[in-house]
Amino acid sequence: MTVEKLRLIVEELPPELYSKVRSAKVRGNDLRLVTGIDDLASLAKHIHGAYQAPLVTMHATDDRAAEDCFKLYVILSPKGMDAFVTIIAALEPRSQRFVSLTPQINEADWYEREVQDMFGLEAIGHPDPRPLVLYDDWPQGEHPLRKDFPLDRRPPRVKGEYPFTKVEGEGVYEIPVGPVHAGVIEPGHFRFSVAGEPIINLEVRLGYVHKGIEKISESTPYWRGTHLAERISGDNSVAHSTAYCQTVEALASAEVPERAEYIRTVMLELERIYNLIGDISGIALDTAFSVGAANGYLLREKALNLNECLTGSRLLRSVNVIGGVRKDLSANDREKTLSALVRLKLEFEDLVDLMVTSTSLLDRVETTGRLSTEMAIRLNVVGPVARASGVDRDVRRDHPYAAYDRLNFLVPRGTAGDVNARTRVKIDEVRESFSLIDQALDGMPSGPIRTVVENIPAGEMAMSLVESPRGELVHWILAGKERPYRHKIRDASFCNWLAMEEAVLGNIVPDFPLINKSFNLSYSGNDL
Amino acid sequence: MDEETEKLGEELKRKVREVFGRSLAIREVDAGSCNGCEVEVNSLTNAIHDIERFGLHIVASPRHADMLLVTGPVTRNMEIPLRQTYNATPGPKMVVAMGSCAISGGIYRGSYAVLDGVDKVLPVDVYVPGCPPRPQAIIQGILVALGKMEERKGQRS
Repeated sequence: MTVEKLRLIVEELPPELYSKVRSAKVRGNDLRLVTGIDDLASLAKHIHGAYQAPLVTMHATDDRAAEDCFKLYVILSPKGMDAFVTIIAALEPRSQRFVSLTPQINEADWYEREVQDMFGLEAIGHPDPRPLVLYDDWPQGEHPLRKDFPLDRRPPRVKGEYPFTKVEGEGVYEIPVGPVHAGVIEPGHFRFSVAGEPIINLEVRLGYVHKGIEKISESTPYWRGTHLAERISGDNSVAHSTAYCQTVEALASAEVPERAEYIRTVMLELERIYNLIGDISGIALDTAFSVGAANGYLLREKALNLNECLTGSRLLRSVNVIGGVRKDLSANDREKTLSALVRLKLEFEDLVDLMVTSTSLLDRVETTGRLSTEMAIRLNVVGPVARASGVDRDVRRDHPYAAYDRLNFLVPRGTAGDVNARTRVKIDEVRESFSLIDQALDGMPSGPIRTVVENIPAGEMAMSLVESPRGELVHWILAGKERPYRHKIRDASFCNWLAMEEAVLGNIVPDFPLINKSFNLSYSGNDL
Repeated sequence: MDEETEKLGEELKRKVREVFGRSLAIREVDAGSCNGCEVEVNSLTNAIHDIERFGLHIVASPRHADMLLVTGPVTRNMEIPLRQTYNATPGPKMVVAMGSCAISGGIYRGSYAVLDGVDKVLPVDVYVPGCPPRPQAIIQGILVALGKMEERKGQRS
């Protein structure tokens, strides 16, 4: 069925594009089109538009050793299909330029800036070609993801300054914030342009926690890669490691035992619960609603304790291994989980009651930090943030993995796109997670929890999407010998940061921390 | 209630009074962590651990701080902000390197973008192992740092 639909995409191509496709192959649920670098933009634009296919990821590989060229990969996800279209285009031999997709596909913006930094390939016609990942004092001509750049090379600092967007006018001034913030959060720089209280422009400057994770992964054997994946964004350990394991399992065409899929589902939902309760408590905290915050963080602590009880790690580390999970859930574990969840559910409803009936809280969250549906789609926002703006997308339902296709759940949605809507969506998602864990524990079959995965064929590529608590995240691997040749990671935050710049416009500066908290994006996952 | 926390906490309270007279102000600096350590630092202030009752405050500015609690392997991009934060902290001051990355660079060690640990940049008083360390381990680490501070104070007088 999927294969036919994908074939149809090729057949439906307009003749002028059809003639530009050099090869078209379907591999599983992935249609792989090879085209020339000059036709990449028009082909991608056609599929993006005709099938309402958001950009899943866009990245490059350095194939100069074998084929004397760099390659670009554009991956799109046609609406209503559990399938993907991968467009592959090789740059001309020794060429380091390609025509930018951003004027056609808005969401390609940061991806192309990343490719420029990490591979030194110039996106011609990009509206904003400033560096994204590498810092102001990084020397020109050094591009970490090129194969001739050794992992441990640390180039000297050079003089450089990042050109922030300047807003000028009478009474306009700038507020620089960060990278070291007042709260216990990750580092990032926010440059506000304001006149009086309302924000006229916000520029988010990230990259402070860039650790070179993609490069490290290229020299990390698969079995250790799981540990690295858990440390891409610490509070999304299970989501990232599941995506990594699923990708490697797909490369080896390995079947994970059903019981392991159920256990992964339980762990993924436990992770969602403690993250989203943390978000909700944070919103209470940032509206100075201390009682709500104290109650919320107490619940989160209980959730973290349950995690530790089951796995030995409060952040659910080392749960996943390639081929399944490390530790089984015993009957005793099941009982412990169920009884802890019964209490947690009741207390969570008390917290919700407390919050949604507090007028002082509602006054702060309603109409604050609005993100319209149009903007959410235009920027390809993902996760609870997108759903609060009315976008109906959830990887668990649209591209099911683990045991999600055997469980029932709703995908909560809002319409207003303000802090209130995001809070409500997160509240509803916690409720769904409770139900999902109950169902998964009930339906969990007996059997092995792990299969041996070996013979991962070099040269193959595979991809996996996972709905993390922050939204859709992607791992894409081109296999090398015993380790990835290229490992592309895209955290949900990478899609959502630009939306923050939009959502704060017209709001007053004191509401920024609140809006930021309602997005709760990862800096580490974004910077890699 | 967490028994371990309570026990450590009482000891901490006593020591904070001895060494600092009343309270200890801590500034947390993320120098490139994966945010796992931040989850646990935030847990220190929840109602279970509630370190404020032992006289520990997580403060908003290094200028108010007696101690820097540094997480992460120190990325190239955070080296300068970290040094600036240290310089903005009034002496006498302590530095606690929290988590495997802060100790040695951890899983990111050897990468082009990190400096392999806090002690490559700042003098570190105490290392708290763990990935991430549990809240009790952080409290324990702070206690050890206070002990070192007490020794130094004793040597001076």
